[in-house]
Amino acid sequence: MTDRKIPKSLAGPSRRAFMAGSAAMTASLFAPKALFAQDYPTAQINTTGLAVTDDTVTIGILHSVTGTMAISETGSVQAEKLAIEQINAQGGILGRKIEYIQEDGASDWPTFAEKARKLLVNDKVASVMGCWTSASRKAVLPVFEQNNGMLYYPTFYEGLEESPNVIYTGQEATQQIIAGLNWVNETKGAKSFYLLGSDYIWPRTSNKIARKHIENFMDGCEVVGEDYYPLGHTQFNSVINKIRLKKPDVIYAIVVGGSNVAFYKQLKAAGIDMTKEAPIVLTISVTEDEIRGIGGENMEGAYACMKYFQSLDNDNNIAFVKAFKDMWGEDIVIGDVTQAAYLGPWLWKAAVEKAGSFDIDKVREAQIGVELETAPEGYVKVHENHHLWSKTRVGRAKLDGQYEVVFETADLVEPNPFPEGYQ
Amino acid sequence: MFSDYSMSELGAIFAMQGFAGLILFSVFVLMALGLAIIFGQMGVINMAHGEFMILGAYVTYLTSNLFAAWLPGVFGMYFFVAMILAFIASGALGLFIEWAMIRHLYKRPLDTLLATWGLSLILQQVYRSVFGAREVGVSIPDWMMGSLPVTDMIEVPINGIFVMVLATGISLAVYYMMFRSSWGLQVRAISQNRVMADAVGINTAWTDRLTFGIGCGVAGVAGSAFTMIGSTGPTAGQLYIVDTFLVVVFGGAASLLGTIASAFSISQAQSIMEFFLSGSMAKVLTLLVVVGILMIRPQGLFTLKLRK
Repeated sequence: MTDRKIPKSLAGPSRRAFMAGSAAMTASLFAPKALFAQDYPTAQINTTGLAVTDDTVTIGILHSVTGTMAISETGSVQAEKLAIEQINAQGGILGRKIEYIQEDGASDWPTFAEKARKLLVNDKVASVMGCWTSASRKAVLPVFEQNNGMLYYPTFYEGLEESPNVIYTGQEATQQIIAGLNWVNETKGAKSFYLLGSDYIWPRTSNKIARKHIENFMDGCEVVGEDYYPLGHTQFNSVINKIRLKKPDVIYAIVVGGSNVAFYKQLKAAGIDMTKEAPIVLTISVTEDEIRGIGGENMEGAYACMKYFQSLDNDNNIAFVKAFKDMWGEDIVIGDVTQAAYLGPWLWKAAVEKAGSFDIDKVREAQIGVELETAPEGYVKVHENHHLWSKTRVGRAKLDGQYEVVFETADLVEPNPFPEGYQ
Repeated sequence: MFSDYSMSELGAIFAMQGFAGLILFSVFVLMALGLAIIFGQMGVINMAHGEFMILGAYVTYLTSNLFAAWLPGVFGMYFFVAMILAFIASGALGLFIEWAMIRHLYKRPLDTLLATWGLSLILQQVYRSVFGAREVGVSIPDWMMGSLPVTDMIEVPINGIFVMVLATGISLAVYYMMFRSSWGLQVRAISQNRVMADAVGINTAWTDRLTFGIGCGVAGVAGSAFTMIGSTGPTAGQLYIVDTFLVVVFGGAASLLGTIASAFSISQAQSIMEFFLSGSMAKVLTLLVVVGILMIRPQGLFTLKLRK
């Protein structure tokens, strides 16, 4: 019925290697605090009947591992399992080991809602790490609000949402867009932009914000074209011709899924050499994960605007990448969303310990202002609008499929899911 | 909207746009030929057509890895080997599926729709289990990437030329097999009157199996070629299936010439409209026109004259 697993029986490709890695990590980074279960009687820390016992607490993982979205969501599942394993290795939360129940949303939005209801109503999980597309988040939102659950949502998304029952560990649109546009304008002197996207809510909302920013806040800059193609579109020769005719300084591309591969392959075949920056290609939809499908040789020279790149050079990230590879294999790559998914369990742990309780209402209150010094992306902090303060970075794709970080904002960027002047 | 551009720029753009239309035409022909054989000649609605194509793509992926590992010296030529292997793999799977599933359903054409739909789901999950949920990157030989500069403005993508040559070659081969070989004669006889064909001694069961296999094999070659322009993943076949059926149905199911004519008209219409409108609008308008024409001519553009 349910695939209830305790993380100890976790079927990672090289469990032994991982244990060694995580032990080293525990020693160096996450000095375990001595929190013992007997200091926190279950009756006190769980007054609403959640799945908390004297030595375990159960959470849910809700992603698609089958269907079209499995390609993207697999990384998030892996990151969340890694975080849970590491937290347990440190002694768990309030002295309780985390167990998880994993459900498959199967790339189908009604299934997501049904599974979310099952996790909250039948399993009484204390929190849920899950969802990837906005459509799946919108589908589970009423379930979480009605049953007062807590969802940690990892994906960068279009904003325009602030639910008391969701913590958004990815960037909302302005965090991802504005700093990147300013950067390309200031350092590359770009003045004209061609906006391109797949035809659904995220690219359209993001491009709307990009257009407003270019036209209203960047002096002398203009949008010379804006185009959308259906999801799964595979023929981009016409739009490449249009782009040639308009001669923009920047192609701002938010193409997703299988279309991504077709777009970059055809861009290269049409003789647009991205290493020569004429025009510059700037994207917010291609992480290291997607480059594997596109091919490094087709992506070399393009710029991506994200908050995390696997190549980030800091101690947190080096340890994270090592632990991730030890657990899931040497060949694996880690994209922006995977890192954001990894933050979910850690943020929840910090909030529970701050509140001294698993009760959803207390965790929600405690979550605001929680800081995480150990995030692979660096320091992050939860804003009162339930999004994260985080830096914006620009990376340049290399032949080997990794990004070289060429820019990062000096300070954390404030999340602003309802940006005024951009609607 | 053209006032901002000089005449030479406009000329170049029209030339390139025409070429983009021709590439799209070739892609449509490649996609649709296999289905035209299966759906047009046998009346089998093969919803798993896209998955047969993706099998070809995965075979190409495996071949490229093999060549990279063992024969790096002739890596530039691996694509031709891969296409032959793709034909064999998809064709063999087609023969097997016909034997195991399709032949039991000839009298129930609507059930083949459900059965092949189920088959497509099974194949997708098999690909996912074997190759992983993520798309795989197929490395294409350098000589096939990039473009030939004709003038300053006009650049012709090499993979576009390759797809066009391939589409022409396969169309000619299918034409030859259909209208000049004894197998083609038998196929056409069976599609016109199965009982009579049986009575004059044609082995209809074997001909059916071979037809299905060849159709699937052609799909495999198409999938192999599409690794140059599109993605290779477990569900990538789904990207092609709607356009493929659109082309075959619009052309008139039983006519190969109709398939080619319809691929040409749809691709040109779409490519021109994409240039003037947004991509989504172009798609909507193309579909509207096709629906309108099919309402007037439900049998499609071309039909065989049959005595019913």
